[in-house]
Amino acid sequence: MRLQFMLSEIWIGLRRNLSIAVSVMLVTMVSVFLLGIGLLVQQQVDTLKGFWYDRVQVTVFMCGPNSPEKACASGTVTAQQRESIKTQLAEMEPLVKNVYYESEQQAFDRFKEQYKNSPISDYLQVGDIPQNYRVQLSDPTKFAVVASAVEGAPGVASVQDQKKTLDKLFKVMNVVTVGSLVLAGLMVLCSVLLMATTIRQAAFSRRRETGIMKLVGASNLTIRLPFVLETVLAALLGVGLAVGGLWGATGYLLPRVARVLPAAPLIGEGAVWVLAPWLAGLMLVVAVLTSWATLRRYLRV
Amino acid sequence: MIRFENVSKVYPRSTRPALSDIDLDVERGEFVFVVGSSGSGKSTLLRLVLKEEGVSKGSVLVAGQDVGRLPSRKVPRLRREIGTVFQDFRLLPNKTVYQNVAFALQVLGRSGHAIRQVVPETLEMVGLDGKEKRLPHELSGGEQQRVAIARAFVNKPPILLCDEPTGNLDPTTSLDIVRLLDRINRTGTTIVMATHDDDIVDQLRKRVVELKNGHIIRDENKGVYGSGR
Repeated sequence: MRLQFMLSEIWIGLRRNLSIAVSVMLVTMVSVFLLGIGLLVQQQVDTLKGFWYDRVQVTVFMCGPNSPEKACASGTVTAQQRESIKTQLAEMEPLVKNVYYESEQQAFDRFKEQYKNSPISDYLQVGDIPQNYRVQLSDPTKFAVVASAVEGAPGVASVQDQKKTLDKLFKVMNVVTVGSLVLAGLMVLCSVLLMATTIRQAAFSRRRETGIMKLVGASNLTIRLPFVLETVLAALLGVGLAVGGLWGATGYLLPRVARVLPAAPLIGEGAVWVLAPWLAGLMLVVAVLTSWATLRRYLRV
Repeated sequence: MIRFENVSKVYPRSTRPALSDIDLDVERGEFVFVVGSSGSGKSTLLRLVLKEEGVSKGSVLVAGQDVGRLPSRKVPRLRREIGTVFQDFRLLPNKTVYQNVAFALQVLGRSGHAIRQVVPETLEMVGLDGKEKRLPHELSGGEQQRVAIARAFVNKPPILLCDEPTGNLDPTTSLDIVRLLDRINRTGTTIVMATHDDDIVDQLRKRVVELKNGHIIRDENKGVYGSGR
């Protein structure tokens, strides 16, 4: 009976305040959706970082006939110089995991293959990309160690770190993540304020009922619980919609990302289901705390 | 049952105390009229018993508990011992007679079985049997006040406080209502009724406590309304 009575009170309350309950639900939905997007992008960036950092290489370009670098004043790298660079790199184990040699022809072919749709590749000639060593590091952050060792060695034109290029990309993605998290934070604040207003209004519109409850000696919990549960219900419905939205968004976007980055590991739709309970838990705590604090202020015994 | 010991009450931003140095002892099962003109402190007296207001000085004891020292989480338990009836009935307009009375038990978590048994009994006692399904606006003032009394009494509290329960009613209906309260009093319920209805006080000849400017100026058994006019 007790539970049934409580449920019927909640139902009456929601019906009487339907428009505002719906707005709590929608604002919660938008904030949780943004929060979820931010967190999922962050998660995706982390997986990609691991994936690409494993593949990131340091390229040691050697002097070709047309190299403009000062170190190449003496002309094309000799076979002897090439060998001594290789030995030098090989000595830096275990930091250096692997060293691959790429000839001018191989470099040309690879570029043509990678940029076959780009007009630049039409103008490229064999020899424009000098022969080079691709060095794989066990710790991609220790680029400087390798660079200082071989830079300036006879026959070395320049040393290039792919990680620097990647970092620029990750920086952009981080800005996106932080931006969406800040927006999500603002939206959560919005939903907190809206919940507080909703409860104030509900407490006012039901002051007759609560007045009688107080008079006949109903406990604080009995008086306040319907308000809290209404807010929690609206918030959780919002979370439900947001999770649905995230699921839809990942289902739509991930196949498209996978087409662009065929080999890269992508978070699956499973990540949404892992995230969902956390989002629901967060909004549950937010709703309970907000409504309890508001009730303490506006529904005194 | 209710005891006031040197009680004073000063509302904030008020120059004159609403009650000053009140000593009053209401025994179990008594029927007490509290009379006096508006602003004499009648309502304040009742509010102190309910702990809707705290005392400024002195102590109020209700059923052996010092109300002033009661922590706020224990206030609901105090109020379950006290039924309250007001001049303006305070019924829930969208609930039927039955639901209005049942509400008081539902919010206390009583079982459905108990509610279905006690509510019709109480409605019969106040003379409303057959009107369970009416809404408050379909009832006369006297009937509405009977619903309010049923709601106050349905939990069988040992104390019933009535704040001018006949203020909105015509003389005949008022007398019916007070007769009903008298009947409830005979079941052993202590009744404190604030009023300025001289007819009723003169007819019932109960204990009369007269307040003026926050002081008790008269306290007599089988009294009449008297000097308050």
